[in-house]
Amino acid sequence: MTRLTGWGRYPDLETELVEPRRLGEVRGAFAEADGVIARGNGRAYGDAAIGVRRTVSIRQLDRMRSFDPETGRITVEAGTLLGDVIAAVLPRGHFPMVVPGTRHVSVGGAIAADIHGKNHHRDGGFGASVERMTLLLPDGSTVETSPTLEPGLFRATVGGMGLTGAILEATIRLKPVESGWIRQRTLPAADLSSVMRALDAGDEATYSVAWIDTLASGRNLGRSLVFLGEHARADELGPKEAERYPALAGPRLSVPLDFPSFTLNRLSVGVFNRIYHRVNARREGAPFTVPAGPYFFPLDGVGAWNRIYGRRGFVQHQCVLPPETAESALGEILERVARRGSSSFLAVLKKLGPSWGMLSFPKPGFTLALDFPVTDDLASFLAGLDEIVVEAGGRLYLAKDSQQSRATFEAGYPDLDGFRSIRRRLDPDRRLRSHLADRLGL
Amino acid sequence: MPDQRSVLILGGGSDIGRAAGLAFAAKGWTVRLAGRDLQGLTREADDIRTRTGATVSVHRFDALDTPSFDGFLDGLPALPDAVVSAVGVLGDQGAAERDVAEATRIMRSNFEGPALILGLVANRFEARGSGTIVGISSVAGDRGRATNYIYGSAKAAFTAFLSGLRNRLARKGVHVVTVKPGFVRTRMTAGMALPGLLTVDPDVVGNAIYAAVEKRTDVVYVARAWQPVMFAIRSIPERLFKTMKI
Repeated sequence: MTRLTGWGRYPDLETELVEPRRLGEVRGAFAEADGVIARGNGRAYGDAAIGVRRTVSIRQLDRMRSFDPETGRITVEAGTLLGDVIAAVLPRGHFPMVVPGTRHVSVGGAIAADIHGKNHHRDGGFGASVERMTLLLPDGSTVETSPTLEPGLFRATVGGMGLTGAILEATIRLKPVESGWIRQRTLPAADLSSVMRALDAGDEATYSVAWIDTLASGRNLGRSLVFLGEHARADELGPKEAERYPALAGPRLSVPLDFPSFTLNRLSVGVFNRIYHRVNARREGAPFTVPAGPYFFPLDGVGAWNRIYGRRGFVQHQCVLPPETAESALGEILERVARRGSSSFLAVLKKLGPSWGMLSFPKPGFTLALDFPVTDDLASFLAGLDEIVVEAGGRLYLAKDSQQSRATFEAGYPDLDGFRSIRRRLDPDRRLRSHLADRLGL
Repeated sequence: MPDQRSVLILGGGSDIGRAAGLAFAAKGWTVRLAGRDLQGLTREADDIRTRTGATVSVHRFDALDTPSFDGFLDGLPALPDAVVSAVGVLGDQGAAERDVAEATRIMRSNFEGPALILGLVANRFEARGSGTIVGISSVAGDRGRATNYIYGSAKAAFTAFLSGLRNRLARKGVHVVTVKPGFVRTRMTAGMALPGLLTVDPDVVGNAIYAAVEKRTDVVYVARAWQPVMFAIRSIPERLFKTMKI
């Protein structure tokens, strides 16, 4: 037995960790186990990838099977990291349809959480780029599924948090790009309604996301920077961009130990936020070119950044709110966060579109992600935020979650009954069970 | 301009063999993976090809089937520019102390097989007047210790063989590299508690092998810290060493 956490380093739970090295060994790892779940690279924040009894790491299943540069299709084993896919295909003029905020996610995990990127409003989630996948079902059989082959199973598996079976292999669609550079524009927004308007106006952009200063309050509430981006065309590259496809760099610095819990307080985060806002606001309007790596994965530049929140870990609270209710609900949430003071290092606002999976998180509206170091009063504070989310018709992202109540969850996911009935059919004995599944009655 | 050179990797299905294949393929070399398990090799070959776009082929090779060696080399599409032997097994020291068959398997897999195939390769390279041979040996061969001396003695023999081969071929245009990886996070060491400073990932070994071929290095300790450590271990007087537990 060993203890495992997600990326948030909270909660810390006991499980048996097994690590098959070949596809053929995965079946054995799942057979006869009760309370088992697959785990990718452990980048879900909470308890999604920790089995109640056993956790099967698929990280060793990281072999790429084939790549067709003509059609832009790549087939990989599910433990392959998205960063490795980028390293393989970007020099040949391709890029994943969807990338999240870190390149250290496995392809299997990306499907199971139906992750989204800065282009969700235009291109949908990761699941929308999955052409087909091989799934190991709870009964030990292996099936192929795609949007047209066993479509019900496909819709339950995309975003299904590994609860329909273990994803073994997938073929994903890539998009052609002319360079590894992004043309970025930064627009400062003075308050919440202007950032929301700026994101609405940014619908035309391929990538859009806003960074909120969570310590700003009063008439500055929601003060933000909006980042828009496009893949740079070859004819947009200047002499500074001599290397057409710059490599994704490794971390430039790393957090070697847990920060003491007092490091992040109103003062330090406030100073950081103000400087960050000022530096970026200076670049207003004029587009500039950055490599894809730091554009999409800024925090990958800091190894083990999850340690800055201290030994007790942290919780990321990410909700999505429908367009009609978003502004008032976001205002209320941000006010509470500003009042609380012990703030979020990272507060990201972005627009989402509809999605594929029955339990996929994205739906049309605005999503807000906030980090909170774990403290004694955090659970009750977050329960308060969840009430606002439910009231507004919103929901929380399972890949980030470790806190929400079953009622909050059930209120947010209308396809839940359909998912549960597929689960009952595939896994009548409930052999696949993560801590998240038990907590939320999945 | 893609590199036209090719490398043959014996034990191509091992973690170090795979890493070496990736390192050469990333530089445009053609990679030939050889080993017993063709299905496993094909998986590695597909992976290397997909990641790098290089040409990769697989070939059946059994390091214990010494009579097949000549035919194996003759059956390759061409004599490669470099050959890497990543063949080897750690085995079970305790079992090997009691069981001659296990001891034989360890000795043959780590010394006899790799040495004999590289000897045949050496003759072909000598006749051509060029080529690089890389043998993956081990720091365990630097001094015999109670916990793994059967494996260690086979590696010691292999190290001596490579040293002699290097000496013989030094003026014949053929270069021989001895690689001592130290602890590597692989299937061989899975489950062992490994000291951080002395332990590396397979890709570090793969890149070190590639660099050693390009720079014509003689002996490579992959994690540098091993060199002083093994120097110290070799310097301990036998009278003292024999009573120690290290």
